[in-house]
Amino acid sequence: MDPMIRLILAQGMLGLNNGVFYAMLSLGLAVIFGLLNVVNFAHGALYMLGAFLALILYSYAGAWVGLDALHIGFWPALILAPLMVAGFGMLIERFMLRRLYKLDPIYSLLLTFGVTLVLQGLFINFFNASGTPYPGMPESLRGVVNLGFMMFPKYRLFVIIFSIIVCFVVWYIIERTRIGSRLRAGTENPELVKAFGINVPLMVMLTFGFGTGLAGLAGVLAAPIYSVSPLMGANLIIVIFAVVVIGGMGSIAGAVVTGFSLGLVEGITKVFYAPAANTVIFLLMVIVLLVRPNGLFGRQS
Amino acid sequence: MKSTIYAGVSAAALMLAANGALAQDAVSDGVVKIGVLGDMSGVYSTGFSGKGAVDAVNMAVRDFGGTVLGKPIEVISADHQNKADVASATARQWIDEEHVDMITDLTNSAVALAVQKLASDKHVITMATGAASAALTGADCTKYGIHYGYDTHALPVGTATAVVKNGGDSWYFITADYAFGHALQDNTTEVINSLGGKVLGSSDVPLSSTDFSSYLLQAQSSGAKVIGLANAGQDTVNAIKQAHEFGIVEGGQQLAGMLVLISDVKSLGTDVAKGLQFTSGWYWNSDDKSKAWKAEYEKFSGGEAPTFVHAADYSLTMAYLEAIKAAGTDDPDKVREQLGKMKIDDFFAKGGQIRQDGLLVHDMYLLKVKDGGTDPWDVADVVRTIPGDEAYASLAAGGCPLVNK
Repeated sequence: MDPMIRLILAQGMLGLNNGVFYAMLSLGLAVIFGLLNVVNFAHGALYMLGAFLALILYSYAGAWVGLDALHIGFWPALILAPLMVAGFGMLIERFMLRRLYKLDPIYSLLLTFGVTLVLQGLFINFFNASGTPYPGMPESLRGVVNLGFMMFPKYRLFVIIFSIIVCFVVWYIIERTRIGSRLRAGTENPELVKAFGINVPLMVMLTFGFGTGLAGLAGVLAAPIYSVSPLMGANLIIVIFAVVVIGGMGSIAGAVVTGFSLGLVEGITKVFYAPAANTVIFLLMVIVLLVRPNGLFGRQS
Repeated sequence: MKSTIYAGVSAAALMLAANGALAQDAVSDGVVKIGVLGDMSGVYSTGFSGKGAVDAVNMAVRDFGGTVLGKPIEVISADHQNKADVASATARQWIDEEHVDMITDLTNSAVALAVQKLASDKHVITMATGAASAALTGADCTKYGIHYGYDTHALPVGTATAVVKNGGDSWYFITADYAFGHALQDNTTEVINSLGGKVLGSSDVPLSSTDFSSYLLQAQSSGAKVIGLANAGQDTVNAIKQAHEFGIVEGGQQLAGMLVLISDVKSLGTDVAKGLQFTSGWYWNSDDKSKAWKAEYEKFSGGEAPTFVHAADYSLTMAYLEAIKAAGTDDPDKVREQLGKMKIDDFFAKGGQIRQDGLLVHDMYLLKVKDGGTDPWDVADVVRTIPGDEAYASLAAGGCPLVNK
């Protein structure tokens, strides 16, 4: 194979690997924005929280209950950590965000930004600022797969496939099922939906929990690849917002497709001019905003 | 009227202060204070700085007897977070308010360059160990700045020479994107070029990156025989680990870590690091004196083995205290002069000498990772001892402006 094509394919795979996290996080943001009209700035911090919960479950939780040999591994963490993050998200919605719905959306943005700073500060206080490796990668996902054009770690391949499935399921639930249609109706006209006997505040709380749970899930998936660090979310959230803006605020499919494709674009840029990789997403954002202010998949309003 | 009284009072105070200075005894403020300023939580907190460095300094103070010239010795430490501004602020506070007499560790060349300049302006001795940039005793040398243990000139003399002579004559660098990484890349490039090898390209990576995969692929596609890692600490460990994850080594390319510590080898495991060659300022298993010191250190620190940087921390603390004793004062000018005069000959630095530019010249070792020995820290064999004069740049070539030509 031509070495140039090989390099493009290889960097593309790595880009797709990053795109997974863009897609999962912007999906959660889009779900929350679509229903609550809240720009959740705490999304990056909740992603970080998910990664830390996986680390804590593996390395510390056993010792806390007096069982030093107990390590709660990757698979249980993949279910437990997102549930815990979702629970934390629901608490934020129930006791803080709910008070702000009648005000300008900027207040909820500021509130979630504050939550971010508090979470980051807490974790910097108790953990290494520059990251702790996650030791609990399952044995079955270690090793490499030969893709023909490159050797690719099994775990990263698992993350890509797993996330594509998760994104598809979420899209299907929201766009194609009864629960989804109620959700969408609730955003269009909450009063009317209430009249049909549906508990809208509960639905809103669960939706917020679901969106944040997705961030937690992404965090657990990220833990074995990147070091678990208090600022891992802060580094990502800016890109995620660019993805959401490009895809169109509130569009589920838009967030997913844009997330994966921007990861790809970023990866392939590295082949041609590596230092531009960090800026190419923002350049695209500027162009999209000029040409289609509602984003690629956004509805005209 | 009032202002005359004030003037009178302040004149009296001044005279008192002057008297105090005259009557001052050999040790300023009645205590010798050593400040360990290092990376206590980040990529360089294991092996270079962290608890290991503080332990080494404390152990030296204990072994010295806890006092010098009848005055107590105190050790304080702080985390500079790999930020030159945080480090400068701490150093300034230590010097102005805590009256620290000597600052050591200073891992991270950007930090060391900033603090060395600041401390020298305030007449305080610095003895950098963890920092590597040869500029510390070259273009940016200072009157009170000492560089103790190794530098970016000495590292490639051992490793790059061995690799190029073994056929690894084309290189691609993965470089930590700050003063240290660039200095190391430049010094290594000089060695490669002088032996007829060539450098095909490089990728600059921000300090403490967690994902090296895209840079490694870039290095792979360059077709270079050797991927040179001009980084250190956790960065080196992550890069080597990921090179294995992506099958780079199996693909026929060789990795050359320009700054590797035995703690890095330990954390990689000998199966991943096997065959890796690296240059070190000291190796614990090289002679009996070093073995005995390592055993003692392990006892002191609660089971942690020392790296060569920790050994340097101990050695320099001893040398500094010896110099105070010999000079009969902790006055920085006299102590610096004494440090330059005395031979530094201990388990760490054999036949060592601190030059006018502040560089400690001593023998270096080329090590090669082997299968584990009986001791879990017995991870390498000494392939070659590199004499100090060969490893380090000469006084004239170093380029320190303070050196009289």
